[in-house]
Formats: sequence, structure tokens, C-alpha cells
Amino acid sequence: MEQLFEGCVKVIVPCGSLGAGVREEEIEYGLAAGAQVIATDAGSTDSGAAYLALGKSKNNRGAVKRDLTILMKAQAKSGVPIIVGTAGQAGGDLNLDWTRDIAVEIARELGVSPKIALIYCEQDKQTIKRLNAQGRIKPLPPHTELDDETVDSCEHIVAALGVEPFLAALDAGADIILAGRSTDTAVIGCYPIWKGAPWGPSWHAGKTGECGVQCAVNPTLGSGILLSVDANGFEVEPLSQDNQCTPHSVSAHMLYENSDPFRLLEPGGILNVADARYTDLNGRAVRVEGSRWEPMPYTMKLEGAAAGMYQTIMLVGVQDPDVLKDIDGFHDRLLDALYKRTRQSIPSEELGEFHISLRMYGWNAVTGVKPAAGTLPPPEIGMLFVATAATQEMANTIAHACNPYFFHYPSVMGKELPSYGFAFTPADIPRGQIFEFKLNHVVQLEDPLELVRLAWIDLSDRSMAVKELA
Amino acid sequence: MTKLRDVCRHVRSKQAGPFWITFDVFFNGRESFERYSDCAALSPAQFASLYGADPERVKRIAVPDLEMVKISYPRTTPQGGMVERDMHAGQQYVRLLDVVID
Repeated sequence: MEQLFEGCVKVIVPCGSLGAGVREEEIEYGLAAGAQVIATDAGSTDSGAAYLALGKSKNNRGAVKRDLTILMKAQAKSGVPIIVGTAGQAGGDLNLDWTRDIAVEIARELGVSPKIALIYCEQDKQTIKRLNAQGRIKPLPPHTELDDETVDSCEHIVAALGVEPFLAALDAGADIILAGRSTDTAVIGCYPIWKGAPWGPSWHAGKTGECGVQCAVNPTLGSGILLSVDANGFEVEPLSQDNQCTPHSVSAHMLYENSDPFRLLEPGGILNVADARYTDLNGRAVRVEGSRWEPMPYTMKLEGAAAGMYQTIMLVGVQDPDVLKDIDGFHDRLLDALYKRTRQSIPSEELGEFHISLRMYGWNAVTGVKPAAGTLPPPEIGMLFVATAATQEMANTIAHACNPYFFHYPSVMGKELPSYGFAFTPADIPRGQIFEFKLNHVVQLEDPLELVRLAWIDLSDRSMAVKELA
Repeated sequence: MTKLRDVCRHVRSKQAGPFWITFDVFFNGRESFERYSDCAALSPAQFASLYGADPERVKRIAVPDLEMVKISYPRTTPQGGMVERDMHAGQQYVRLLDVVID
């Protein structure tokens, strides 16, 4: 018979994402309240595919180092482990190594030697193709079967970690775990699970805490939250004393950035919160019971980022009354003129596939949909030009060809040529590549660790920059 | 003429992973929720017409405890792609506010 879990496991989630601004006093409060671990993610897919494709962090190095320094000081003092998932925004090997180097630097500066585990989950293309050929990769809606061409189009591919690799690192005595791409929930839920807490409340606590203070009434007041998981459920409170969690703020977080408010697919199961009950405890903490974990055959979700065509942009400010009288007409006439000008001035065999768009900020740039007839014009608009082509050079060439028209094209012909408001010289800005996520598939696994590499940093050997022990 | 904005206390939109966009429509009370949560103005056809969504793929899930309905659909163009105008889809809800529901 399964032994009933006794006591509770308290988890500090210090922030929504490492580098967002951990608060020292909040960590102190959480530790004083009996927290046994500090867990946070350091990224997500929300900001697009560039960070996985390039292996770069979105949060800047200084901000991540600042936050991690506060956490590592707390770790050294209290002994509670730190768990960081989705390192460096995207959790690819480059993103994780970037974070590893920061952690090593901090350890040296603080003169501490924590045992640091690195959990890598980037996948090489051959592995993915092999698994696909074996029929072990399945699409998630709205996608279809995976093909080799799509795999080849990716710069980097990661498999999102569930709790098992974290459990392995904790079993081996990690003081700090830095992990590649992880489900947000697993990063936070793994420690209670490791301590023997039931899986339903542990996973649901993880989902609730994934964005730090976002599950509280005021998501800008303070940074972190404290979770407490026990045999029958979990409790959540903001680490800032001025903020509150309410049954509404906590249950509503299950909706956030999620297409199904009741069921969340995770590695090895589904978190089902359809029967969860949310109770106010004392005006600032909430108790949640009834969360269920439904075990399923083990899968990991794959994410792949591809780099595509290049863009060059230009921006002007326009207050010209003739333009503002007829913004949509002006947009259409100018766009047509820019396409003609591009085709006339660049030989088609050099030009290749290309695209130009104009976005009228202040009018309809966000949607591209024409406002209803009779909509009053604003006092000015910002007009963004975007050229897309196969190379950066060609996107630049298109922008150069279009520059005089973009700058001077009149809304009413026959008048003196207007000059719209450029703010910069040169006017064109090479923007770089387009990045897109390509994979939306899961891989079926017998062994949760099959696609995972666990490594350790040996800080005792000070002669070496970083030594990884496989 | 009642618009969605008249019967809601909060409406928001956001990406739900790189391939889905999700709308959270919080009604301003039980009565509005019961009356409008499955109204035609929030139908898959509406999302097809406003956002170009594939109506077959529009998911609509009511959450009675929160007096809200969640509506999600697969993105019609890639997040961050060539014609992207709203990476996080955080501004897409605005067009829904003026939809006439009654």
C-alpha cells in the first residue's frame, strides 16, 4: 500500500523568469517560512523562435547574473537547492552553456563550490529523423506528420524536460540544477514530487507558479510566490506582503497562455484541474484541492527553430494632411509604387522571391484591417516599411531602391513633393533573419532519460575553466 | 444594440504556445455568462470572419466558476513570420470588443 505523504514541501518561485528581477527580501521571507527549494524557469517560447535558433538569451547577462547571485547567496547560506529550467530563454545547449558560465563566474566570485548539475536536452537532427522513421514522433494539433525536410530546416531542436531528469539530478545530490528546455510546470513541480508529494497537486502547483507573482491579484507588486504542497493539495501566497492571491486570481492563471483551461499535457501524463477547488485561507493565500494527475505513455514535446529570409526596415513619421485624409488609399498607392520601383530597378534574376509591406502605425498597423468608413484620422502616423528577401544584401538593396519613394511619395499627385519624417541616417535598418518555430510534435519514449544528457561542473578544480563530468 | 464590451469585465488575447492564439472572455456576472457564453457572436464562424481562423479548429470551452469562456484557434501565419504584426497576439482581442452580441 502506498504510504501517505506527510508534512508539506515549500517551494519559492522567486520570479516569472530568471533575470526579471528577484527580490532579496522575498527570498528571505520564503526561507524564513520554511522553503526547501528555489525553482524558476528562465524563458519560454513566448518571445518567438529567435532565441532557440540563435542560442541567445532574451534577458541580458547582467540581469540574469544579478538574479542568480541573489539565489546562489541564499543557496550557500541556507543549503536549499536551486532549480532553473529553460536556461537562457530557449533551453538549447548554447543557451544552457551561457547560463552555466554565469553560474560558474558567480560561484568563483562568492568563493562557493555548489554541486551544479546541467541537464541538456538539445537533439541532433539524425536522432529526430531516426525516431520519426520508427514512428515514435506524433503531431500535435494543428500540425501533421513530421518530414525530414522540416527537421533539416531547424537550427536547433530541443525536447522539453519533464520531472524525471530533475529527480535524477536531485538523487545525485545537486545543489544547483541548470536545465535546458523544460516544461514550466516540471521545473517547479519536480521537487515536491522528489520529496514524495502527490503528483496532481505538485504539477498544479507548478502550473500556478510558472509566472511567479502573475497568479496574484496585482501582478506588478513583488516578484515571487511561495507554494506549499501537501498530501491533499497545495497552497500559494505571494512573497510580497502587500499582495494577495485569491481563488479567482489563482484559478484564472490556469487559463494563461493555454488553449485548454482544464487539461495540460505534460511528459508522462495530463494535469487535470477540472475538479479543482480553490479556497481563500486568510485573504492573501489560497488552498487548492482536487487537482488530478492522469498518467499517460511517456512523451516529450519537441521544439525546433528555423531561420528564414532576411528583412530590412525603414520608419517615417507622417503628419501630411493629404496623407491623413486618405491613409488607406495612400497605403495602397505607395505599396503598388514600391513594388513597381523594386521590379524596375533590380533585375528579376537577382531579386528572387521578395515581399514588401507597409504598416501604418497609429491607424491599423496591428491588424492590417482597414478601419470602418468615417473613422477619424490621428494627428500623425508612423509608417513602417518592411522588405523581405533571400539575403540581407537583397533586402537592403530593395530598401535602397524604395527609399526615395518611401520618403517623398505624394498622396495627391501634382503638388510639391512632400518629405516625410525620417529620424535616422542611414534610414534603412538591416533587421536580420526571420525565425519561426517549426515543430509541434511529441516523441514517445520508454525511458524518460533517453534523450537527456546529465553533466556536472567540477568547481573544485580551479585550474580549469569548466569541467563537465558526464 | 449590445456589444461584447458591454457585458464583459475583462477580455484578453495571447499566444498559447507558438501555434495557437487564445482569447479569454470574462463576463461581468452570472447572468451575462449564462446568456452570452455560447452566443453566435462568439462562434467559430465569427473567428473565421474576424481573424481568418479555420472554423473547424476553433475550440470554445466555458469555465462557469470563472464566468468566462476561452476560445482558441491555430495561428493563420507563423509567429514572428514575414507578415507578423502581433507576435504575442496580445492586441487581437480589441476587435472582439465591438462585436454586436444582442
